[in-house]
Amino acid sequence: MRKGQHRFVAGFLFFPVALYLIFVIWPYVQTFGYSLTDWKGQSQTFDFVGLDNYTALFEDDVFMGAIGHNILFLVFIPVITILLALFFAFMLNAGGRGRSGGVSGVAGSTYYRVVYFFPQVLSLAILAVLFGAVYRSDGGGMLNGVLIELGLVDENNPVEWLNEPDFVLWALIAVVVWHGVGFYLVLFSAAMQSIPRDVYEAALIDGAGRAQSFFRITLPLLWDSVQTAWVYLGIAAMDMFILVSTMTAGDYGGGPDHHSEVMSTVMMRNFLLYGRSGYACAMGVVMLLLTLIVSVVMLRATRRERIEF
Amino acid sequence: MSAPLKETAPAQGPAPRPVGRGAVRPGDRRGEGVVLNVFSHGFLALWAVLIVLPLLWLVLSSFRTDAQIGGSAFGWPRNWDLGVFSRAWEKGIGDYFTSTVVVLAISVPLTMLLGSMAAYVLARYEFRGNRLLYYFFVAGAMFPVFLALVPLFFMVKRLDMLNTYHGLALVYVAYSLPFTVFFLHAFFRTLPTAVFEAAVLDGASHTRTFFQVMLPMAKPGLLSVGIFNTLGQWNQYILPTVLMQPQSGDDPERYVLTQGLIQLQQQQGYASDLPVLFAGVTIAMVPMLVVYLSFQRQVQAGLTSATLK
Repeated sequence: MRKGQHRFVAGFLFFPVALYLIFVIWPYVQTFGYSLTDWKGQSQTFDFVGLDNYTALFEDDVFMGAIGHNILFLVFIPVITILLALFFAFMLNAGGRGRSGGVSGVAGSTYYRVVYFFPQVLSLAILAVLFGAVYRSDGGGMLNGVLIELGLVDENNPVEWLNEPDFVLWALIAVVVWHGVGFYLVLFSAAMQSIPRDVYEAALIDGAGRAQSFFRITLPLLWDSVQTAWVYLGIAAMDMFILVSTMTAGDYGGGPDHHSEVMSTVMMRNFLLYGRSGYACAMGVVMLLLTLIVSVVMLRATRRERIEF
Repeated sequence: MSAPLKETAPAQGPAPRPVGRGAVRPGDRRGEGVVLNVFSHGFLALWAVLIVLPLLWLVLSSFRTDAQIGGSAFGWPRNWDLGVFSRAWEKGIGDYFTSTVVVLAISVPLTMLLGSMAAYVLARYEFRGNRLLYYFFVAGAMFPVFLALVPLFFMVKRLDMLNTYHGLALVYVAYSLPFTVFFLHAFFRTLPTAVFEAAVLDGASHTRTFFQVMLPMAKPGLLSVGIFNTLGQWNQYILPTVLMQPQSGDDPERYVLTQGLIQLQQQQGYASDLPVLFAGVTIAMVPMLVVYLSFQRQVQAGLTSATLK
């Protein structure tokens, strides 16, 4: 090509690459190094301690408990979200059976889609405040209020949703599902719309009911999207920092008594509150490894033969 | 074996079947349809209510008094006093709002500029290390941000940019680059080469070709990524939590909106002025609602396209 091209290429790449190196790549790399030191926050000096931080991690009951909670999230969040999203997406795209015998979405599906997707544009901080109010531990909370009206909860003894060890994780899962269903519904809808209509119509003529056309046609043809959703929700389940740290009790959340602790809250507390930077870095590395393992396992476990259409 | 099967298949009672089907099945299916329609519509409507109700309840609650909110979950506001919104604005929401807008005014245009420059060069120019650099950018999207947080904090500190708008903006840009480059790279690849060649033949420089020919052609892609980045950066919470804490006694608070809401939640819990908190959330939701309703299609497309990588 022409002269001066190299200068142009270099000029265009210089700032993006520099910024990316300084703020993203270099910190990523440094984390591995710091995780092998006993570095404490503000001090300038630190010693190499080998794998001590990692062995300490495995004896840290709080962190190990946090991994357990992350795994619970990992099991339930993707399953519930995907099932609901699939069900609603199918209803909106192929659930209606018009008088003409064609296949279409139920009436009003556009409005449903707009409403369902809306939580996705709200920040998790807003959700934290919103659901903090919904889960309020007295009669003023929406959930308690509804249950009291229905007579399911005693007015003088309302449920402390976020302070009950048995409820707190499920309360958090409900928020994530509330937030995520609309997003995956739109994702699945897009995939469903690319399925040719005549496939459904052929099934209809052969006498397939809604359930059959869902399990025999929609689901197999949608498998790629389901897989993507699975991996994404899995990664989200490994994070959970914002909701846990803002909705549950304690500095950076995790309460009551570490019953809702996740890896990211333990890490942030060790870093920002206790100033144990080296230890926090080791947690970051463990989070990376577990996230990568989760992605690979989920991709493997959900692998199916790809169907062309 | 296959030959006789093929022959027998069409011969097996094709004649009586259509009659029987035509007579019985449609009615059958209509009956099933009605029940299912009620059932599915019920579920769809229920979920829509579950989405809208908490949001509406929160907005209404900002008009109620603190005593009313604490007393019971339901109860119509006694007077529709808009003063609560200006009170919330003065209690900090105004400052948080301004901070967010200032940061985004720097970070979003810069993300788009640097991201499209890098993506363009990587997509349209051959040079050694091109593929490597592309993967280097895209790989950054796979790691959890927690992996980088500790060194990132000290990096920003060393650059003397903790608790500054431009510091946070630059970090936002760096962490938005992977997806922006990935998305626009694919987009620039699809643009026709002929226009590019015509511009070069007319003697336009590389830089000019980019800004005056290629960028305008990439507008739809830029819009999708732009919305995605704006929403993502507007809702960001983890990075400001680490990077935007006042560094000394006389260092002013420069919280962004998400951070500020959580701050307000903690303060108002003690000051028992919940209407202000709810009004603050309402104020924070309004811009999102406006953007969402006016760019509904692009928002859904922009956000879901993020999962296609």
